[in-house]
Amino acid sequence: MRYLSEYRDPDLARSLLRQIRQTVTRPWVIMEVCGGQTHSIVKNGIDRLLPSEIELVHGPGCPVCVTSLELLDKAIAIASRPDVIFASFGDMLRVPGSEKDLFMVKSEGGDVRIVYSPLDAVQLAKENPDKKVVFFAVGFETTAPSNAMAVRQASRGGLSNFSVLVSHVLVPPAMKALLNSPQNRVQGYLAAGHVCAVMGWEEYEPIARQHKVPIVVTGFEPVDILLGILMTVRQLERGEAKVENHYLRAVSREGNRPAQELIEKIFEVTDRNWRGIGVIESSGFRLRPEFAQHDAEQVFDLTDMKVSEPSSCISGLVLQGLKKPHECPVFAEECTPQTPLGATMVSSEGACAAYYSYGRADLLSGARSNQDDPE
Amino acid sequence: MCLAVPGRILEVYQEEGLRMGRIDFAGTVNRACLDFVPEAGEGQYVIVHAGFAISMLNEKEAQESLQALREFAETQEGEHQPAANPATLQDS
Repeated sequence: MRYLSEYRDPDLARSLLRQIRQTVTRPWVIMEVCGGQTHSIVKNGIDRLLPSEIELVHGPGCPVCVTSLELLDKAIAIASRPDVIFASFGDMLRVPGSEKDLFMVKSEGGDVRIVYSPLDAVQLAKENPDKKVVFFAVGFETTAPSNAMAVRQASRGGLSNFSVLVSHVLVPPAMKALLNSPQNRVQGYLAAGHVCAVMGWEEYEPIARQHKVPIVVTGFEPVDILLGILMTVRQLERGEAKVENHYLRAVSREGNRPAQELIEKIFEVTDRNWRGIGVIESSGFRLRPEFAQHDAEQVFDLTDMKVSEPSSCISGLVLQGLKKPHECPVFAEECTPQTPLGATMVSSEGACAAYYSYGRADLLSGARSNQDDPE
Repeated sequence: MCLAVPGRILEVYQEEGLRMGRIDFAGTVNRACLDFVPEAGEGQYVIVHAGFAISMLNEKEAQESLQALREFAETQEGEHQPAANPATLQDS
C-alpha cells in the first residue's frame, strides 16, 4: 500500500536496528506515547529486537483506555433510553462500565450504532428527527477536528436532536503529569505522529526544555518507530533534549491550522479525569457554552452516577508506564479480550490487548515468580 | 483510535456544504471530508482519520527520507563486514 508498505521494509529495519546497537552505550527508558505505536511495536516484535539497554514503556495514548468510568457509565445510561440512537466508534462498545458495556445495552434492545465518521451521526440525526441522536466523541487531538465539524454541521443545520458526549483528552498535559510524577523513569519520548499532524509540535518544545527530555515526533510503521527510537537514543547519548520531527511526510511544525481554528471555535480546555490516572488539570476539551444544546451532559440529567472499578485491574499503572501488562496478576487469566476487566485489554490500542494478542504471555512466568518473592 | 491511513484523492465533490473526496486506500475506496486540507486536489495523497483528511501527505519528504534510509542501509550493507568500521547515519 503506497506510503505504508515502504515503511515495513525489513532491510531498512535491519539497518536502523544496527545503527541503534552501534549508538547505544548505556541503559535508556523511552516511552511511546500513542497506543497505535504500542501495537505496532509489540506486533512487529520491535521490543524484542532492540538491544537490552533500551526499555520501551507504553504511554497513556489510548483514548478508549483513558475514558473515565464515570463518562462510560453516562454513555451506557444515555444509550439505554428508548428515545435515543447512540452512535460511537466501534472500539468503545466493549469497554466495561461499572455494570455492563455498550454492547450489552445493544443486546438488551438499545439503539447503539457503530459509525465510520462523526458526520454519519449527524446524518442519523437528520434522518431521525423524532429521536435524540448522541455521538460518543472520544479521542485525542487527532479526532477533535472531526468531532468539532460534526457539532458545527449540526448547529448550522438546526439539528437540535443531535448532541455529543465529549471525552476529549490532550497529550501535552498528560506528558507533563507523568514527568512530574516522583515515580517517573522515562528519559525520552516518541511523540504521537497523528496528534502532531493536527496540532504541530511547537507545544512540546517547552516540555523538552523544562524537563530536559528528547521528544521525537514518530510515525507508526516499523521503520518509522525504529527511526524515532534511533533519533531519541542519539539525543540521549549526546545529552541533548530537543524536539525533532521524524514523521516528515505527515507532520509540519505548525500542524493543521484550519483544523486547529475549528477546534478553537467549538471546544475549550478543561480538567479531565483520566481512567486509572485521575484528574489532570487542563487536559481535555469540552464544548463551549454557546453549543450547550449539543452537549449531551447538559441535554440529559446524569447527576447520580455510582461508579465502581474492578479492584484487581491495574490499567492505571500500565497507562502510566509504571507496570507492564504481564505484571498484572489477572493478565491472561480472569482478564482476557473476551472477558476484559479494564479498558487496556479491550481497546485495539491498549497495551494489555497488544501483549495478549501478540504472544507476550510467555513473560508471565518471570513476572509471576517476581511477585511471589517477598520484597 | 489515533490511527490514520494514507489514501489518494480520486474525485472531489461537495456535500452538505462540505468539501468531500472519494479516496483510494490501495484499492478500497471510501469518502473523507477535505475541509481541513483545502489545498488537496485530485491525484494527491492525504492522511485520513475517522472520515477526515487531517493532513496532506508530503510526497517529496516521503521519497527523500526513504531514499536517505535506503542509501544508508546500502552503505552499511557494504561495510557490514566483521572488521569494517561502521559508518553513522548523517543528521537527517
